[in-house]
Amino acid sequence: MSFDDAYGALTDHDDDTRWAYGTGFADPLAGVPAAIPPGVDRAALAEYCLMLGDDALIMSHRLQQWVTLAPELEDEVAIANIALDLLGQARLLLTRAAEASADVAPAPAAASSAAAPAPVAASSAAGDAPVAASSAAGDASTGARGEDALAFGRGPAEFRNVQLVERADADFAHLVARLLAFATWRLAVLDRLRDTADPILAAVATKAVKELTYHREYAAHWVVRLGDGTDESHSRMQSAIDALWPLLAELDHEPSPLAPTTWRPEFNAILSQVLTAATVAEPAAAPAESSAAAPAESSAAAPAESSAADASLSTEAPDAVSAVDDAAEMSLPGATLPPTHRGGGGGGARAANFEISPLAESGRDGVHTPALAEILDEMQGLARSVPGGVW
Amino acid sequence: MLDFEDTIARDQRIEPRDPMPEAYRKTMIRQIAQHAHSEIIGMQPEGEWITRAPTLRRKAILLAKVQDEAGHGLYLYSAAETLGADRGDLTTRLIEGRQKYSSIFNYPTLTFADVGVIGWLVDGAAICNQVPLCRSSYGPYGRAMIRICKEESFHQRQGYELLMTMMRGTDVQREMVQDAVNRWWWPSLMMFGPPDGDSPNTAQSMAWKIKRHTNDELRQRFVDMSVPQAVSLGVTLPDPALRWNEERGHHDFGTPDWDELKRVISGDGPMNAARITRRRQAHEDGAWVRAAAAAHARKKAS
Amino acid sequence: MNHEWPLFEVFVRAKRGLNHVHVGSLRAADHTMALHHARDLYTRRNEGVSIWVVRSDDVVSSGPDDKEPFFAPSGDKAYRHPTYYAIPDSVPHI
Ligand SMILES: [Fe+2]
Ligand SMILES: [Fe+2]
Repeated sequence: MSFDDAYGALTDHDDDTRWAYGTGFADPLAGVPAAIPPGVDRAALAEYCLMLGDDALIMSHRLQQWVTLAPELEDEVAIANIALDLLGQARLLLTRAAEASADVAPAPAAASSAAAPAPVAASSAAGDAPVAASSAAGDASTGARGEDALAFGRGPAEFRNVQLVERADADFAHLVARLLAFATWRLAVLDRLRDTADPILAAVATKAVKELTYHREYAAHWVVRLGDGTDESHSRMQSAIDALWPLLAELDHEPSPLAPTTWRPEFNAILSQVLTAATVAEPAAAPAESSAAAPAESSAAAPAESSAADASLSTEAPDAVSAVDDAAEMSLPGATLPPTHRGGGGGGARAANFEISPLAESGRDGVHTPALAEILDEMQGLARSVPGGVW
Repeated sequence: MLDFEDTIARDQRIEPRDPMPEAYRKTMIRQIAQHAHSEIIGMQPEGEWITRAPTLRRKAILLAKVQDEAGHGLYLYSAAETLGADRGDLTTRLIEGRQKYSSIFNYPTLTFADVGVIGWLVDGAAICNQVPLCRSSYGPYGRAMIRICKEESFHQRQGYELLMTMMRGTDVQREMVQDAVNRWWWPSLMMFGPPDGDSPNTAQSMAWKIKRHTNDELRQRFVDMSVPQAVSLGVTLPDPALRWNEERGHHDFGTPDWDELKRVISGDGPMNAARITRRRQAHEDGAWVRAAAAAHARKKAS
Repeated sequence: MNHEWPLFEVFVRAKRGLNHVHVGSLRAADHTMALHHARDLYTRRNEGVSIWVVRSDDVVSSGPDDKEPFFAPSGDKAYRHPTYYAIPDSVPHI
């Protein structure tokens, strides 16, 4: 009996640009000019890409820890998808950070403050040639060197992610609460970066907006289901929101001059709306801003990309969370506006505006909870334990 | 039942609402469920390395691969449900130890080279086993297998590519690869099941065209495929009896430790308890989440 | 124990100009969740594809003639759902 022609398909590899579903190795930035435009401050660009890249990398790590532990198999697939999207964003952003300025890369001699048997920069340099040879499908050798040096070569104090992404999740309610806040914030921010001056950052933001729209929707639906579901799930969801709330103040401390400043009303409006649908109470403390405070001009511009993913589905679910999506579209003021470049004094003024005092210490300044050191031990241990290793 | 036998004889597919002997239905449910369980439990050995992968590219590949396995499990549970099985019930059987999964996943993954070797040998053996199943007489199973085989080929390639890269690295890395090959070679051969003389169900499964080749035929094919791959990789397969037999046109090879296979299948493998415990924990920890979603859906519907 | 969530059948239009084709089933608490899961599982979120989800127990099937059945699935039982798989055209025919 002859074997199936499925064997033919197994050796027919011309059609794929990936090793497995979900990992695109075709260059997602193909056609985007890589040169940094003259007006852009390279150091500021590198620093901001690092911040946004670290947010995605650490949040992805927390999601990866849920693999094989999700409440249902379909959610296994969904959580892995979100983790993959964020990992992809992290890789592009860290690569850009390394390109924009060599200063963000860890110095070879002082790879980190964490336990490091060998400086990782040395191993990635040694591995340069084979890695480049084996990844002809897409990774530029500089890209692989840049992203890995940054991901595996820095200690906690050099990471610039917000503390929101570090926290371990006590249960699924904590995960979806954190994911809702993270995706809503990041979507609002990256939506406003789609026309930023650096073409690569703008392209990454444009790609990420579609992904984050999906992440926000996934999280919002789960917050509503758990909040409204059973007595047990309601109280777990309420505790998760209570635990989330103190982490949100940090989001207003955004030291980068490239960071958009107008995301907060959209963020607050969406959180309020989801929590209302979920019958979960907003904790009394910050953030104080309610949906009513969304700027009046905001209803005008709804970017098509934000809703593209939804539009590709043939049905509309007429439930509370669809209303959230509508509201989100109505309150995306940044779509047609140039990104706000704000001066040094802006942070304080804005914080006052939203009745949140800026944190004295933030992940953005390299101040982290002990959770980050634990994450990095896990993430970097192997890479650091094989001097000169190539993978 | 003439229809059923006639359909089989004409090499046509049996579809869900066709009349079929109860024994055929039960056999199919058991086989598909065990296969589905294997995909889901199979996420664990490699899943442990996602957060520890040494480059971001490897992390992305491994995460995508483990996600694929969840998808495979779902395709297969879906096929089993066309026969009247219920996924909740099948999951209960798995975590209560009443249904089996592939014994290969009861071995531990000790180093990152294991990720490569699992892709190369374990996914490779799975491909050998599964490509003929694309023509299984039960339609939904065969169609699920087509999707799965397509993805398994990516899995095998990423594993082999990782090993090639590591073999170009340091001595420590080459030792890691050889050590992983030493540990996984024999369990991979056992993935094809007991020898034909010891496989009482094979004849019926072949007659029903659920199975298209015997265990020993598939094992031989796998050995013949793997030997040249090992050579070009530069590793030694841990079998002193392994040599080319000109007369047969196949490789001769040693006898796997069938007692070990029996022990692992009956629950005595190094990781049996850990695998089931983790699956049960996910299922039990998720109960309140699933119940909440069901309750919310009921409220909305009313 | 039966699953907490009902079964949904999934139909995918892989690209414009093609019919929606049945690709399999999944478990979800409601239609919204079923659509999300279907996008993740059966399309890996490809842009431009269109998905239908239908509760399996809402599918009515003609079924083959159940003469002398050893196993006659009963149309009124949700868990014995009538399903005719087909591989969508986006999967290369193999
Ligand atoms: Fe698989
Ligand atoms: Fe696989």
